[in-house]
Amino acid sequence: MSAAVVAYPPLRRRVVNVAMLTLSGLCTLLVVGVLLTILLYLLWNGAHSLTLHFFTQLPAPVGEPGGGVRNAIIGTLKLLSLATLIGVPIGLLGGIYLSEFAGGWSGFAVRYTTDLLNGVPSVVMGIFVYTLVVLPMHHFSTLAGGIALGIMMIPIALRSTEDFLRAVPRSLREGGLALGASKSETIFTIVIPAAIYGILTGILLDIARVAGETAPLLFTAFGNQYDSPGWLQPTASLPVVIYNYAISPYDSWHQQAWAAGFVLLSGLLAVSVVARLILARGKKLSHG
Amino acid sequence: MGNVVISTPGMPLPSEKLFRKQTLVERLRKGDEAIHLLTMAGGWSIILITGLLVHHLWEYSRIARHQFGWHFLITSTWDPVNGLFGAWPFVYGTVVTSLLALILAIPIGLGAAIFLAELAPRSVSNALTFLIELLAAVPSVVYGLIGIFLLIPVLTAIMPAFQKFFGWLPIFSGTFYGVSYFSAAVILAIMVVPFIVSISREVLLAVPIAQREAMMALGATKWEVTWRTVVPYARQGIMGSVFLALARALGETMAVTMVIGNVAQVSTSLMAPGYTIAAVIANEFTEATGDLYLHALIELGLVLFAVTMIINALARLLMLSVRTDEVAL
Amino acid sequence: MARSFSANAVQIRRPDIDRFAHSDAAAERERNQLPWPQFTVADLNFFYGNHQALKNINLIVPNRRVTAFIGPSGCGKTTLLRTFNRMNETVPNTRVEGRIRLGEHDLFSYPVTTLRRVVGMVFQKPAPFPKSIFDNVAYGLRLEHRLNKREMAEKVEQSLRRAALWDEVKDKLHQSANGISGGQQQRLCIARALAVDPEVLLLDEPCSALDPISTAKIEDLLFELKEFCTIVIVTHNMLQAARVADYVGFFLNGELIELNRAKHIFQNPDQQQTQDYITGRFG
Repeated sequence: MSAAVVAYPPLRRRVVNVAMLTLSGLCTLLVVGVLLTILLYLLWNGAHSLTLHFFTQLPAPVGEPGGGVRNAIIGTLKLLSLATLIGVPIGLLGGIYLSEFAGGWSGFAVRYTTDLLNGVPSVVMGIFVYTLVVLPMHHFSTLAGGIALGIMMIPIALRSTEDFLRAVPRSLREGGLALGASKSETIFTIVIPAAIYGILTGILLDIARVAGETAPLLFTAFGNQYDSPGWLQPTASLPVVIYNYAISPYDSWHQQAWAAGFVLLSGLLAVSVVARLILARGKKLSHG
Repeated sequence: MGNVVISTPGMPLPSEKLFRKQTLVERLRKGDEAIHLLTMAGGWSIILITGLLVHHLWEYSRIARHQFGWHFLITSTWDPVNGLFGAWPFVYGTVVTSLLALILAIPIGLGAAIFLAELAPRSVSNALTFLIELLAAVPSVVYGLIGIFLLIPVLTAIMPAFQKFFGWLPIFSGTFYGVSYFSAAVILAIMVVPFIVSISREVLLAVPIAQREAMMALGATKWEVTWRTVVPYARQGIMGSVFLALARALGETMAVTMVIGNVAQVSTSLMAPGYTIAAVIANEFTEATGDLYLHALIELGLVLFAVTMIINALARLLMLSVRTDEVAL
Repeated sequence: MARSFSANAVQIRRPDIDRFAHSDAAAERERNQLPWPQFTVADLNFFYGNHQALKNINLIVPNRRVTAFIGPSGCGKTTLLRTFNRMNETVPNTRVEGRIRLGEHDLFSYPVTTLRRVVGMVFQKPAPFPKSIFDNVAYGLRLEHRLNKREMAEKVEQSLRRAALWDEVKDKLHQSANGISGGQQQRLCIARALAVDPEVLLLDEPCSALDPISTAKIEDLLFELKEFCTIVIVTHNMLQAARVADYVGFFLNGELIELNRAKHIFQNPDQQQTQDYITGRFG
């Protein structure tokens, strides 16, 4: 048998092959390893620092141990509700517009601007809402923070809505139209229900994304040592609390920062996982 | 045979009625026009918001722009007390940390993407990608927390040994105190790696099989196929992911603020503390006294906005040919 | 455009229609009894952008009969079908010229949603809504009528029976419509269209995605449906046309070559092109 039948590449090429492929595996290991380390380190430290008081009490004065961040947890929930109320309707409407109605230059303009808005650094968004809301009102407020987060939610809510609506097959739309449904009836009774799991997933991931935003809250919601009644007072929020406590010199505050990071991150990851489960369930349903 | 004439009485066929449009009232009643207008309002409100954003950044930086002109960007004195504002230390810090982050993140991210797309079994690849994308959702303030309490102690422990060998290089000289350009760049690299991995992986997976087979038929090894055929084919998309990562790194605020040291100086050494545009805005914005100070900070925001917009636009341009599932992020 | 008709008369220039008047007694009786035509098409041209998909079509679709449109792909048969309930208008950059009457009235003078309820349509690929079987059938009813629960259930049952699907799905009415077989899905789409009591049912290659058994079921169905419905079916399967159709129209390159009784078309067509096509000699 001639040796040419099993002509391996020369040794040098084989060595390079194995070396580089191993290296790429090591890169993966490094990325996954670093990320896992971060996650586990946070979970470990956070779980250690977590107490029941953390959820139920207001921050303790400097130097005193104990205390909690009840006000920040409530503040974050309020900010997120307000943001959802602002960002989601605009995102949904815009998404429906892009997928169902817009054509030509108008669709291009809206889509392009949305991508532009999505790329705006969060700290710049903070400046914008500061000049838009805080300056005229002369004080920081939950309202301003909610608006900042709400505007940040719009691009993702819009593009994910658009994408999931576009994925609804044309045959379903035609089926509705052929039964005498008007275009809007078709959109609301067929297209949106068919895409609803995807849209919900997009919105949940969107909320999870802005829930951790800190920079835009620094000069809009600001911060507060106490509960913030109503919507027009400055308010504490988990991300800002983490920031302030982490850069403080006090050990007890560092513990609180870890606990707050743990609570925030578990919340976000839980929402992300739930969102993906919803999407998987939607896919399962629509394929029988 | 021949032509047939069918007569039907009472046929309403004036030809102008043939393509009669429904009146506006009729259309509104059926809902279509109303919904069209409503959703259009939703879409256009985004243009309105973005327009307002640009307008406000421009308008509220007016005083600083008029007073300093382009010198704002290239002078180094940042002295709020005497009303002197030069942004060069921040511009420098932003550029240095972002570029260094990319230098660290690109090879590792690309390597991981190659492994996940070309080598790993699909199920392993999907699971790891899911994990990596999940970690893209970790807020930047949490990365900052990790930076302060995990990264800086670790770097402080290993840096002296490192400097023993490389300390003679200007960029590694000086005493390492923990907070530094280098720490900021490492944290940034960790933050942008998930983007590079997940987008590059998709781009690589999208390379047609035929491209690989052609090369394999010539007797190329797996690595040669990947490096000489697949990666060049996916070049544009990978570049796009790098630009997206760069835009994100430039605008990143919290994590950087927490580890860079916040000193308005320009140092050759990466071991020295510094400052970035986003960090100075975050730190000083609420303390800004006087309109000039405020306008100077907002002008920094304007600069940041303009630069990230340009880089994002470049990224979009490069990614036009590539369809990635951004929703999945 | 040259208009060769007055307000009260349309000239149909195709001689084929005259075959209806063949002097045997049955045809004569038919001609007197039937309120034909269902559709009267005159000088119809259709454009996708600059491409002309239909060229000067003149034809009559008789009431309560199965009319099949055959021809090679891209010959315009589907385009014509979709013009009958104005589905083509959902495609951007299209233009229609000429006139179509539905019964006595101009097709375009109906509000489009009313028209589509009168002229139902079933598409090539079964596309049930991702809802329950019951909700699929009830969809059209809920758009216009306010029916109470019992009336709705009766109507849904009646429609499913008409579509010969009731026995197969009566125990799983509230399960997802995506869970039934392709043939059942297509009959569900027919039931869905029948629920709103259409005068006409347009079928666009309804069996092309189905297995032979499902195809046979749907063909059987058509015989029953034509009792109360005019049926227009587009098919590229000549055997199917021969089995189900009373009248057959042959299209080629956007033109109607001839339209006549099915028997006539398949045994003794007037045009050489038709002869070539049905004998498979067509290039």
